[in-house]
Amino acid sequence: MAPLLEIADLQVRFGLVRAVDGVSLDIAPGPFGLGLVGESGSGKTTVGRAVLRLVPAAAGQIKFDGTDVAALRGRALRDYRRAVQIVFQDPDNTLDPRMRIGPAIAEALAAHQMVPRRQAGQRVRELLAEAGLDPDFAGRYPHQLSGGQRQRVAIARALSVQPRLLVLDEPTSALDVRAQARILELVGRLRAERRLSYLLITHNLAVVSELCEQTAVLYLGRVAESGPTAELLGAPAHPYTRALRSAVPEVDAGARSARIVLHGEPANAISPPPGCVFHPRCPLAIDRCTAEVPALRTVAPGRQVACHRAEEVLAGAEMPSGTDIPRPA
Amino acid sequence: MTQPMIAPQAVRPPQTGITRGQALRRRLTANPLLTIGGAFVLLIVLAAIFAPLIAPFPGDAGTATNPFAVLKAPSAAHWFGTDQVGRDILSRVLFGARVSPVIAIIVLAIACLIGIPLGVAAGFLGGWVDELIMRVTDIFLAFPPLLLALALAAVLPASLTSLTIAMAAVWWPWYVRLIRGQAASVAGRAYVEACRAAGISRLRIIFRHVLPNSFTPVLVQVSLDVGGVILTASALSFLGLGAQDPVPDWGLMVAEGQRYFTPDWWLVTFPGLAILLTAFAFNLLGDGLRDLLDPKRIFLR
Amino acid sequence: MTAESQVTTPRLEIAGLTVRFGSRAVVTMDELALGDAEIVGLAGESGSGKSMTTLAVLGLAGTVGATVTGSIKLDGRELTGLPDRELRDIRGRRIAAIFQSPSMAFNPVFRVGHIALRALRQHGLTGSEAADRAAQAMREVLLSPDLLRRYPSQLSGGQLQRVAIALAVALRAEVLLADEPTSALDVTVQAEVLELIRELRRREGMSVLFISHDLAVVAELCDRVAVMRAGEIVEQGPVDQIMSAPRHAYTADLLRSVPTLRGRG
Repeated sequence: MAPLLEIADLQVRFGLVRAVDGVSLDIAPGPFGLGLVGESGSGKTTVGRAVLRLVPAAAGQIKFDGTDVAALRGRALRDYRRAVQIVFQDPDNTLDPRMRIGPAIAEALAAHQMVPRRQAGQRVRELLAEAGLDPDFAGRYPHQLSGGQRQRVAIARALSVQPRLLVLDEPTSALDVRAQARILELVGRLRAERRLSYLLITHNLAVVSELCEQTAVLYLGRVAESGPTAELLGAPAHPYTRALRSAVPEVDAGARSARIVLHGEPANAISPPPGCVFHPRCPLAIDRCTAEVPALRTVAPGRQVACHRAEEVLAGAEMPSGTDIPRPA
Repeated sequence: MTQPMIAPQAVRPPQTGITRGQALRRRLTANPLLTIGGAFVLLIVLAAIFAPLIAPFPGDAGTATNPFAVLKAPSAAHWFGTDQVGRDILSRVLFGARVSPVIAIIVLAIACLIGIPLGVAAGFLGGWVDELIMRVTDIFLAFPPLLLALALAAVLPASLTSLTIAMAAVWWPWYVRLIRGQAASVAGRAYVEACRAAGISRLRIIFRHVLPNSFTPVLVQVSLDVGGVILTASALSFLGLGAQDPVPDWGLMVAEGQRYFTPDWWLVTFPGLAILLTAFAFNLLGDGLRDLLDPKRIFLR
Repeated sequence: MTAESQVTTPRLEIAGLTVRFGSRAVVTMDELALGDAEIVGLAGESGSGKSMTTLAVLGLAGTVGATVTGSIKLDGRELTGLPDRELRDIRGRRIAAIFQSPSMAFNPVFRVGHIALRALRQHGLTGSEAADRAAQAMREVLLSPDLLRRYPSQLSGGQLQRVAIALAVALRAEVLLADEPTSALDVTVQAEVLELIRELRRREGMSVLFISHDLAVVAELCDRVAVMRAGEIVEQGPVDQIMSAPRHAYTADLLRSVPTLRGRG
């Protein structure tokens, strides 16, 4: 089946900074979820925004249904902007504080003439109910809702135009744990009901394990590894993924693994290190890593990794673990 | 230790839902600034409209003079006293409500009409549009305001109209700057990006989202500037470059009355108080309107 | 660990604490104790009153317009009602605090070292003593003392949080109040900061009150946990016990909501 969205060698630059430096991803038609995991500076948010054409691509291509997105103009661009929607991270700024909820959702409906104006109010109420909110919220202002409720409104607004692809940019990071759970449930339910495809951008590995069939891990603008989520989490093939996984806190003591320590701070995006961008912090770095950029290659069916020692990592090579705080002599 | 930062949610009382009408009434009564400021402004407007009816000596606002009642102190016949040619100051102050505040409002209206669109364009569109607009604005801002107004007023024939034009030319750049900053900040917010991503037209984004959210500082600035414009107008009138005698412009009255201040204090004091009151009233009104329009203040406990 | 703290006076003891805004109570805490070298978690969602509790312990509740009644004792000494002068001595020196947004805790116009040195000098150290202590503390949190010369904007969130912790270490604080210190940090940076807090307990015997909405972090770091909801503690006890067998429905609900790497059961 042809992918719904194809990102090929995407590069996005902000001045000297290469926020995205050669990322390739595929998103299948719905129902389907691709998780994009990374920490700050990984470029994950920028990838999402590039898909929405909110930032220009310096190189590479983004294709939706086989058509190059950058070439779209006029009517075709409007249609694209209907087919692909985004939900942002910050629930405080995601809605215009001076606009009531109802008109905020209706605005998107009107822009794409989804329903006759007379029926807009009814449609808004239906959308709010679908997002698990009291339809009477349509008359309220954003500041009268909690953060979690505002995120749901943002989702309702995104869904109002019947998109085929939804980009969720850290939709739960700013929320309490129960609100997070409810939002994730909502996404899961909508995925089934609407056969939705989504790109779930997050720094939390635990979130992708529930909602995404495939996951890609980004580091400093490049894909470190990608593959089926369960396999990626169960048997990582990149040292960074292993370290990331070990750092995720778990309630269940039995689920915790020894923490793999990464030294130093994430590298500078303006002047990335030579060779593999991860090598200064990598516990498994060898000489080759300082000189040669590892290419993204297939190491197992469906598993792609950019690491010279991927096979060893996959096989469970020992990685130094423990604390990074030296004990006093 | 430094002061901790607590998220507002942690300390803000919760809100409940009540009807729009109740909310409005509650906001008006809970908003003394708006009520007092509004009342004063209403007073000034009424004075301006009904001056011919309430002024005891309406002719004194025009060319009438009374050589027999020159420089009389405030009394029962003349509440505010008379000036150097015997004109009733109360009447002139009342008629002055048609001049000074009106000039101020016209000047600021022009400044906004020019400044707001330019500021929004610069802030929202950015790029070369921003550069172009801001450089032009900077050129105007480089001149000391009073000197610029002077220079312009001097080349135009001395009249109220020239005064208005000169001052509008000085005032508009400040509004461009003010709105540009706000518009740029709003343009970067998530809800504006969401609109762009949803394919909503830029024009609609500007009118429906950027303008309403950038407007508040303008409102406050306008209310503060009313007093400023009146005073600048009086300075220009003093120099003979704007209102001419016998127009009952408050600034002009202050300027002319200075000479007689000791011991005839009433020539300066009453028009001066009128200016003060007007500035104060618009200030309160501006603050009150700002609060009224702030959606977050709905249903304040 | 718990056996010891039963015998000695708790480091921090809160009893009958009520924090009010006018007539509305936002915190109603019957009892909470923090033992010597113990890490106690205060878990709850926003609005549960956890941040207000921190402010009350620091004696800063008045700055946001709240009134405090009840008892807060540090090593047996009552803190509520103390004059501000004495509270200032205690703040930072004996009870240190770090907050969620490290970039907001440092005044951006000052170098980080300047702020640290000023705090140290305020608590009685001479200039050179302060400089030495600060440098030593920085090394203990695995940061180069040179970083003290930077402005807050030049340091990452994780680094700033570590500097804040270094300051607590330099002041030899006995109690650390940590209010969501890792919520704004990347997960690998969070792991490092948590490790640092564990080490502080090991090495310096620091007692930590760790406030967080993230139950997984609380589970990994804390010895005991108190779950807060609407200003009240709904249950508290050893962390393993609470996490595996919660007695209150709210706690169970919170636990059910935590996403795990293996998906939710």
